[in-house]
Amino acid sequence: MEPIARIVLRARPVVSGVAEGQALVSSESISFWGGYDPTTGEIVDRRHELSGQNAAGRVFAFPHGRGSSTASAVLIESIRLGKAPAALILATADSILSLGAIIADEMYGRSIPIVELNAEGMGRLKTGDRIRIDADGTVSVWDGRV
Amino acid sequence: MGMTLSPSDREMLSGARGEAARLALSIITRLAEALAVDELIDVTQVHIDGCGFLSQAGLDIVERLADFGGRVVVPTTLNMGPMDLRRWADQGVDPEKGAQGGRLAAAYESMGCVPTWTCAPYEGYLTPRFGQAIAWGESNAVAYANAVCGARTNRVADYLDICIALTGRAPRSGLYLDENRRATVQIRLRDLGDLVAAEGFYAALGHHLGAAVGEQVPVIEGLPSYISNTDLKALGAAAASAGGVALYHIVGVTPEAPTLEAALQGRAPERTVEWTADDLKMAWQDLTHAEDGAPLDAVGLGCPHYSFHEFARLIEAIRALPPETRCHERTTFLIATSRQTEALIAGYQDWMPVLKAFGAVVVSDTCVMYEPLSHRAKLDVLMTDSGKCAYYSPGELQVQTAFGTVRDCVLSAVEGRILRKDTPWNR
Repeated sequence: MEPIARIVLRARPVVSGVAEGQALVSSESISFWGGYDPTTGEIVDRRHELSGQNAAGRVFAFPHGRGSSTASAVLIESIRLGKAPAALILATADSILSLGAIIADEMYGRSIPIVELNAEGMGRLKTGDRIRIDADGTVSVWDGRV
Repeated sequence: MGMTLSPSDREMLSGARGEAARLALSIITRLAEALAVDELIDVTQVHIDGCGFLSQAGLDIVERLADFGGRVVVPTTLNMGPMDLRRWADQGVDPEKGAQGGRLAAAYESMGCVPTWTCAPYEGYLTPRFGQAIAWGESNAVAYANAVCGARTNRVADYLDICIALTGRAPRSGLYLDENRRATVQIRLRDLGDLVAAEGFYAALGHHLGAAVGEQVPVIEGLPSYISNTDLKALGAAAASAGGVALYHIVGVTPEAPTLEAALQGRAPERTVEWTADDLKMAWQDLTHAEDGAPLDAVGLGCPHYSFHEFARLIEAIRALPPETRCHERTTFLIATSRQTEALIAGYQDWMPVLKAFGAVVVSDTCVMYEPLSHRAKLDVLMTDSGKCAYYSPGELQVQTAFGTVRDCVLSAVEGRILRKDTPWNR
């Protein structure tokens, strides 16, 4: 039987979908253009606190996207190549990243969910947690050690 | 909550105006729903940034829309792309990449886009009007259009731009709405003296501004009314890179800030900060992480694309050197600009011969951070006069970057090492 989630949070589904993965959490915003390598999933913004870490297949939580509008193309390409995060949890839904997920769905029939979570919820996530996102925006969190 | 659609929207979604318009409007309405926006507005000009990152995904999308017979319904300009479309073969670009770039360009042009291929469309002939609802991609252009022109656009995501161009419709949200154009952060600049006239100051200010306000709308007090469009371009590009600044106001300078009260729309700011010369000196230093004296592989100018006035400043710096001085053999000296500006300077005085004699290379349609430099085997240290390039190039090109004035870029290129003498703080 599946262990009971440590916490269950209600987020707004921005781009609806189901995903599960290990959390990668940052309190810093990030620009996917110049910050995310779509061929590997590595965070390549050398000024970012997660510089050098790999977000492919992870549930990637950060406050908001920023910087160049080319970020959507980077996200689409990473989805096409299978090197995208499993899902994005954002404090503020970002039109640029949301569009990337929608177009990937229209073009390739595959995508990643994006949810918008309030600041209190964001504060309860930590890197290494196991996170599942459901289509209605429910975010279930298990402790990383389980 | 339902989307409010016009009769014309319904017609497009039914496919009656072609499959390209149907797919484009379907993407727009899905995005509007994702952002909890229930209405679309008409826009009358588009600038497309989807040419900025050459990927298979990008090519797939644009070619599909073109194959469906898509035609833009409003004047639509194109951003710079990965390569110099006319000279890539001479610049050592991989033939396969060159051919893909040509396909992307052909697809956009077949849909009726204007082949501007520039990240500074505000310097071309389609400069937007005050209050005009437009849809622009390219973060520096968005900041300029909103702040300096007083036009209205959000930071339009890649490929949403072409969808809007094919339909003339955009989600009614963000900076199209009066209330979201209100400044919420008040920034007081104090005791800056003649720093405000120094080259490089505005990129440092923009860098500091972006880091401080993120995506909020700031209003700045304490800048002189004689600030140039070149300075505003540098400020906005750096602020849009380091933060998500899409609109800023400067009291007495930008059109929505004749007074502080006007920029604040009569309300109190959420916070007020004061910056002195020392705060901005830290921002200046933060733009550089290459060591002084390091061997210099390349100088990259024109981020955003160089204007006539920026070329004039460069020519002046080269002319100040002893006759026949050339840049060092290990240093590539690149300037990126638009076709329009290149054509303008090509016939102007002896500028092109001066640049050529110095060893400088002018590229158009593209960015110094793309093919002109990215395919080079040895590229460890870069110098630039651009806050945006200084911010992005370490990630994009895996280089150590130094930020300096044009004069220092020229002197460093001659020595083949980074020399930074000309900071605004030692005047």
